[in-house]
Amino acid sequence: MHEVSLSLQLAAAVSRAARGRQVRVVYVAIGALRQVVPEALEHAWVFTVRGTPLGAAELDLDLLPAVLTCDECGADTKLGPELGFGCAACGSAATRVVSGEQFTLTAIDIDIEKGTCDGTFPPT
Amino acid sequence: MGRFHRHDDGTVHAHEHHDHDHIHEHQHEEERAELIGDHSGYATGRERIEVLEDIYAENDRFAAANRAALDAAGVRAVNLMSSPGSGKTTLLQRTLAALEGRVRVGIVEGDIETPLDAERLDGFGAQISLLNTGNGFGGECHLDAPMVARALRGLDLADLDLVIIENVGNLVCPAEFEVGEHRKAMVFSLPEGEDKPLKYPVMFRSVEVVVVNKVDLAPYLEFDMGLFRRNLEAVNPGVTVFELSARTGEGVGAWVEWVAGGI
Repeated sequence: MHEVSLSLQLAAAVSRAARGRQVRVVYVAIGALRQVVPEALEHAWVFTVRGTPLGAAELDLDLLPAVLTCDECGADTKLGPELGFGCAACGSAATRVVSGEQFTLTAIDIDIEKGTCDGTFPPT
Repeated sequence: MGRFHRHDDGTVHAHEHHDHDHIHEHQHEEERAELIGDHSGYATGRERIEVLEDIYAENDRFAAANRAALDAAGVRAVNLMSSPGSGKTTLLQRTLAALEGRVRVGIVEGDIETPLDAERLDGFGAQISLLNTGNGFGGECHLDAPMVARALRGLDLADLDLVIIENVGNLVCPAEFEVGEHRKAMVFSLPEGEDKPLKYPVMFRSVEVVVVNKVDLAPYLEFDMGLFRRNLEAVNPGVTVFELSARTGEGVGAWVEWVAGGI
């Protein structure tokens, strides 16, 4: 439900990083505990960037699982759909979330000019 | 349009990815796209620029500033969350009545469009700041730290001991945004069903107190409190629970003592 607001914040961060250059792909790492619906975020992104300098930028979402580490036995547990927060190895409730809360703009792909034949830039 | 790929089912799409234990280990540099044209005497290509910006960072900076402003005034803040219709505002009416003359309370009221909740809280001597949720980090489904920063400017913090932030009724989004509170609590009500901690684990795990409201409806519902408690323990072991009825006032005292605690 917060995909629209995240999309707006993401676009602002991308614009800062792009500094006016043409952005083609926006890479975002999203942890499962951020409760983002990928389809909803992509939908929101279309409307966020339409008619803006980011209009040609596509999202590339890297969906990361939630992982717990057990303070008692040290085992890692990947959270499944059953959504308990106990350790899968020993059953302890003393677990910490070590991954799954990311919402990070990791990289952007921008267009670059590789050089010109006649030395004029930009080409018209 | 865009693409996405999951890593929790063992499949990888679109790109060759390496180990994903840490997002900082992405090695995309070698994936530079090939030249895409050389038709007019110049060539364009693509370059990947690593950014690594936490999209929540700006919200969290505002949250830290809110907390600093509250601390400077000696005010404690509680972020109160719930689904719509759980009885948050009724509980706040009881709470304000119990604390009137004893604790100076300010309310940040996160109603979406109407002043209805703020009107219900009038008359208890509390300062009330009604939030405009129309702009800020988000829309109308949650409060974020910049919105709460604006709302706090509507309160005279020097004349308060406690601020209760009544979040927008929603079990998903409010759990995602720190707003500068010291403590988080939520109201759950019996008609919502025993399974809610398992369906909204991020919310139920984010709080230190769960108020179980509408216990006066128990005779009319097939609500299994033991099952609810087990589900809650599965996502938030050791969480404090107050069973009460905001309507009748039964059990409200323990909640009031908690919310006024530390002042």
